[in-house]
Formats: sequence, structure tokens, C-alpha cells
Amino acid sequence: MNEIVSIQLDGNELKVELGRTILDVCREAGVDLPVMCYLEGLSVVGACRLCVVEIEGSPRLFPACTTPVAANQAIRTQTEKLKRYRRMIVELFFAERNHVCAVCVANNACELQDLARRVGMDHVRFPYLFPECGVDASHPHAVLDHNRCILCTRCVRVCDEVEGAHTWDVMGRGHASRVIADFNEPWGSSTTCTSCGKCVQVCPTGALWPKAASMGNLRKEPGKIGELVAKRKLNA
Amino acid sequence: MRKKLATVWLGGCSGCHMSFLDLDERLLEIAQWADVVKSPVVDQKEFPEVDVVLVEGAVVNAEHEEEIVLMRRRSRVLVAFGDCAVTANVPSMRNAWPKEVVLRRSYLEVPGTVEGRVPTEEVAALIDRVRPLHELVKVDFFLPGCPPSADLIYYVLTELLHDRVPVLDEARLKFG
Repeated sequence: MNEIVSIQLDGNELKVELGRTILDVCREAGVDLPVMCYLEGLSVVGACRLCVVEIEGSPRLFPACTTPVAANQAIRTQTEKLKRYRRMIVELFFAERNHVCAVCVANNACELQDLARRVGMDHVRFPYLFPECGVDASHPHAVLDHNRCILCTRCVRVCDEVEGAHTWDVMGRGHASRVIADFNEPWGSSTTCTSCGKCVQVCPTGALWPKAASMGNLRKEPGKIGELVAKRKLNA
Repeated sequence: MRKKLATVWLGGCSGCHMSFLDLDERLLEIAQWADVVKSPVVDQKEFPEVDVVLVEGAVVNAEHEEEIVLMRRRSRVLVAFGDCAVTANVPSMRNAWPKEVVLRRSYLEVPGTVEGRVPTEEVAALIDRVRPLHELVKVDFFLPGCPPSADLIYYVLTELLHDRVPVLDEARLKFG
């Protein structure tokens, strides 16, 4: 057991164990921070920046998922500035690829769509990029649609860390980055993919979806990964 | 004071207008507060001065580009009505390619086409990129949804026609 220290979370005094992250502590205290790249059971990358918080005494914002608690931290999670930034982040997700909820298999079962309503996004203020994005339907069971990918890399991490196959990775830089199978081959001809389907389950949008699903009956169970990891004691 | 209401159909599927008609008997209520002076269901060519205009659809062609500017000038409150108006939505799915490629694909290369021709007369010329309304004019209120439900339209119109600002909270705000 680590040392116990005091912190302030949105004005409330808390005793917490050193070595834990701010996100962990928030969740335990019932403070609901929005997340996209974070998924229980997977390594933490701090990529999406949705869980940013303010720490008194520092001008910069900290991703709660990667920042450990420290003694006497005064953390704010719901300031106007944070809300403004979170909405901007969500708008940038929508502007970067072609997210057309109306014709998406994940309509009404999408973490990005839910997040948009949660941060009060009524429109996107940034110019849409409208990139040309491919759709890889070569796998017998599932489809990868780059139009809907937000590069959270949950699929990459679950494939590597839980399944152990490391079929997925990311190629390119910035907004030209794309998730690829093996050495950028059609997913269906991947020699490493075990067709376990974990990537599909953890994908927060309609970027990875089972061919058996149609709009209205898609259900994903990203929570299963945390359970699986706990049972296998992978992160012990 | 009775208000003047307009509804306009740009580059969309008319689904938002169908949802508007789904107001059913509540249309009579709306009619007590406002005259519908311009709409696909009203025989009025010129766009008049109005208090509120619901604009369905994205800006897809050269005619839309002119119309939206005129509507903005003549409307007190301009509402981006539905996902196409707010995000460019399905019509924008052609934006990743030059319009020439899209026209060729649609009119010449589609399987089953015999001696196809890209239309150049009678129909408005496509613009290079389909755009949401707020890229061209100031939008006063965004009403997403594909389509927005009749209940939501009723709520927003009721507020606007009584000079109040509607609020889209988490329960009311939804794309798709």
C-alpha cells in the first residue's frame, strides 16, 4: 500500500493513495470525466485529451488518465474553460473525418455521438476536412471504415496487449494517420489476425463493425475487456 | 403580434419537412401564431421578409448559394433545420472527390447507363463542395437531427415564435 495523501477535488477534501491517476480517483469519487481513448484494461495513452483537468498553480491542463495524484493537489474538473476545450476537441473529431450519423451503423450506439450531445455540440465551428477515406471490407466478419475512425487506438492496444496478435497499428502523421493491418494490407489477408473480434468490441464509433450488424442492432461491449484483463491478471 | 414563418428546402431529402408535417394538429396551433408565407407547400416565388425561417438541406449548388444569402438578409431568425443544414450530412459525402468525378460517376459510369449525359441546362450547377449553412451565413439557431422529431420542431418553433430562445439540452440534442 502506498502513502495516503490529501487532495482537493472540485473543492472537496479527499484522502487518496499515491501512485493512482487523477482519473481513477475521479471515478471513485463519482466525478464523471468524458473519455475516448481510455478504456479500462488497456494501457493509457492520453491521446484524446477529453479528460483534461486543471491543477491549481499550473497554467497548463493535465490529462486525468495519465497524471498521478500528488499531495495537496487542488484539481478542478468542470470549469468553463475545460468545458470549452472539451467541446472543441469533440468538434475537431467531427471535422477531421466524415462522420455521417444518419447513415452510420453505429447510430444510437456510438460513444462519439453520445459525447457530442454531452458536451453540447450543436454544430461544428471548424471547417470540415472531408478527407477521402477508404473502407476495408475484406475481412469475413467485420469492416474497417476509416471515415469514422477517431484514432483513439483502442483497437491497436487491445490487439497487442490482450489478444497478443498486434495486427493493428498506426501509419502516417497528423490528420493523415491511418490504422493499418499488418504492413498496410487488406485486413482480410492479414496473417496475424485471429478474428477474435476484440477490436470491434472496443471501437467507440462505427469505424469497426461486425458485418452481421445493421443500423439499430449494433451493440458493442467494451467493458468486457476490463473483465477479461482482470480475470487473466494481465496487468497484475 | 402574428409572426411570419418560412420553411425552405435546399440540398436535403425533404425528410425534415415530412417531420414538420408530422406536427399534425399542432400545425393549427402554429397557424395561430404565425402565417406560413413561404414554403414548399405555399405558392410564393419570391422570398419575403420573415421573422423565422427553417432552412432544410445543405448548400449544394449555385442557386442555393444565392438563396441562402437572400434568406439571411430577409429573415430575423435563421434556423439550420436538420443535419444537412447543420453538418452538410449525406450530401457532403461527395466532398472527398472533385465534382467532375462525381458527375461522371453518377451520369456516365453507373452500371446500366447507356449513352449517359451530364446535364448542363435547366438544373443548377453543382458547387465544388457541399457546405453547411453556417459556412456561408450567420445561423441563429442550430436544430440537428435526421430528421429532428416533430416534438422537437414543435418545441423550437413555439419558443422562437414567442420570442424566446430554445435550449437544446442533452435529451434534445442529437445528430442522426
